[in-house]
Amino acid sequence: MVGVRANKAHRDERIARFVLMSCSGIFVVAIALILGFLAFNGTKLFWGEHYSLLTFLFSTDWDALSGHFGAASFIAGSLVATGLAIAIGGPLGVAIGVFFSELAPKPVAAAFKPAIELLVGIPSVVYGWLGLTLLVPAIATVFHLGDGDSLLAAGVVLSIMILPTVISLSEDALRVVPDAMREGSAALGATRFETIVRVLLPSAASGLAVAVILGVARAIGETLAVQLVLGNAAIFPTSLLQPAAALTSEIVMDMGDAPDGSGFKDALFAMAFLLLLIAMGLIVLIRLALRRRT
Amino acid sequence: MPWSARLAATVASVSFLAPSLAFADTAFSAAGSTALQPLVQAAADAYQQANSDTKISVTGGGSRTGLSLVASKAVELGDSDILAPPGSDALVDHRVAVIGFSVIVNPAAGVTGLTKKQVQDIFSLKVKNWKDVGGKDQAITVINRPASSGTRAVFVKTIMGGASLPATLTEDATGTVVQKVAQTAGTVSYAAFSGTHNQSGITELAIDGAAASEENVESGKYPFWSYEHIYTNGPPSKEISRFLAFLQSNSTIMHKTGYILVRDMKVTETDR
Repeated sequence: MVGVRANKAHRDERIARFVLMSCSGIFVVAIALILGFLAFNGTKLFWGEHYSLLTFLFSTDWDALSGHFGAASFIAGSLVATGLAIAIGGPLGVAIGVFFSELAPKPVAAAFKPAIELLVGIPSVVYGWLGLTLLVPAIATVFHLGDGDSLLAAGVVLSIMILPTVISLSEDALRVVPDAMREGSAALGATRFETIVRVLLPSAASGLAVAVILGVARAIGETLAVQLVLGNAAIFPTSLLQPAAALTSEIVMDMGDAPDGSGFKDALFAMAFLLLLIAMGLIVLIRLALRRRT
Repeated sequence: MPWSARLAATVASVSFLAPSLAFADTAFSAAGSTALQPLVQAAADAYQQANSDTKISVTGGGSRTGLSLVASKAVELGDSDILAPPGSDALVDHRVAVIGFSVIVNPAAGVTGLTKKQVQDIFSLKVKNWKDVGGKDQAITVINRPASSGTRAVFVKTIMGGASLPATLTEDATGTVVQKVAQTAGTVSYAAFSGTHNQSGITELAIDGAAASEENVESGKYPFWSYEHIYTNGPPSKEISRFLAFLQSNSTIMHKTGYILVRDMKVTETDR
């Protein structure tokens, strides 16, 4: 009897192992297929149409129906909007994270933490719609513009969208700093502010870096909210108050109607592949930041 | 009954029933222009009601996608706002409807009509203030459709005379365009009648003195219109011909979805 039971347990174990391995196997294959598909189609513009990679990256001449695929305006638009979002949302998010982790009375933290986490779940179209109906007209009024669609609007909307991510992760990063550090700092006569700036922030630096990098990843990949408030004008950005276009917004606007098998579609794929490379670069950065910690 | 037998019985009964559910005697599919999709869908629904042995599937994807799908015989009907590119000789053009477009402005511009030349100057950014075309002292903000848009292609051909449009604000959905024009003083854009007629907060401009109306499109006084095309790969089958004739002549569906019947047109054009 014991032998039978052990056999059955052994069999169950093997089945469970098989099921779990198939699940992860399917996942790995799916990821590999997505990467392969994007890499193939995303580079076709260069080996299929023999379009120059340098022209794609650095030219602003975009006239897709006539075969001009200079994507520099979109690349710059994505980078500037993301940079602005991080410039606003990064420090603000870390500061709020510090507040919740170190300063907020327990009931306040208990009340606001779930509210912040709830913000992560708000669909991006809602942020975009609020930006379009509230922020864009406000920017037009304040800066006396004909239309408020601008990099500034996109940056502000994105900064609000990345805040929950940055806040939650920086709070977690600060919480794992051992209390002994806080107590040691206090024992040496440091004020609370000195403890935060001189002890906690440096010790949590790699975790905070991860929080900000994930914020960057969220911002550069955001599509809908950006498309609604950026204006989608394929113009190289020279001012935060001008309309611009981002990689994501250009892809979503033209992917439906760009003819299959054309250079136009290949150029959109190349932009998507570029976004994937940027995202992968950010993941590498996160790995590096985490390795420094351990 | 052991589970394997039960499963076999289920499979047998499902496969027995499936043909009568999924495969009608005649089946074909249409794909392409999202502007034309509502008309094709409405016509397909009504046609299938009357002919229960016919199954028509309708999807979007965009005009150029529709053209490439019908060229590769992936679908039987390719819906398109634009003419098939030269060289696609196998494709047969069926002009199934006429669609009208409006140039729309925010009422603060203070204009209700422009000449075609003035519209050209505005969209090529030569004129930057409404006061220069008879309106109020208000800066002009131009909103275009994306490069791949069929509406934009019609605008460039019928209003701009083929001249290319400089990069400006761009919105891809009719709803967003109308919303932006209604919300922002000084804005100007263009969209199909179905999205602009009976909309509050925007002004539909008369062009060269002709109001943006179905009657003026039919009489040829108003220039901003185009044919909607359905392409077949080679001559259509009898069933498809019947469906196309039904779609083209059903004035109830045509008017409800905001299109104009080709037979009501008093003018013809060959290049749109």
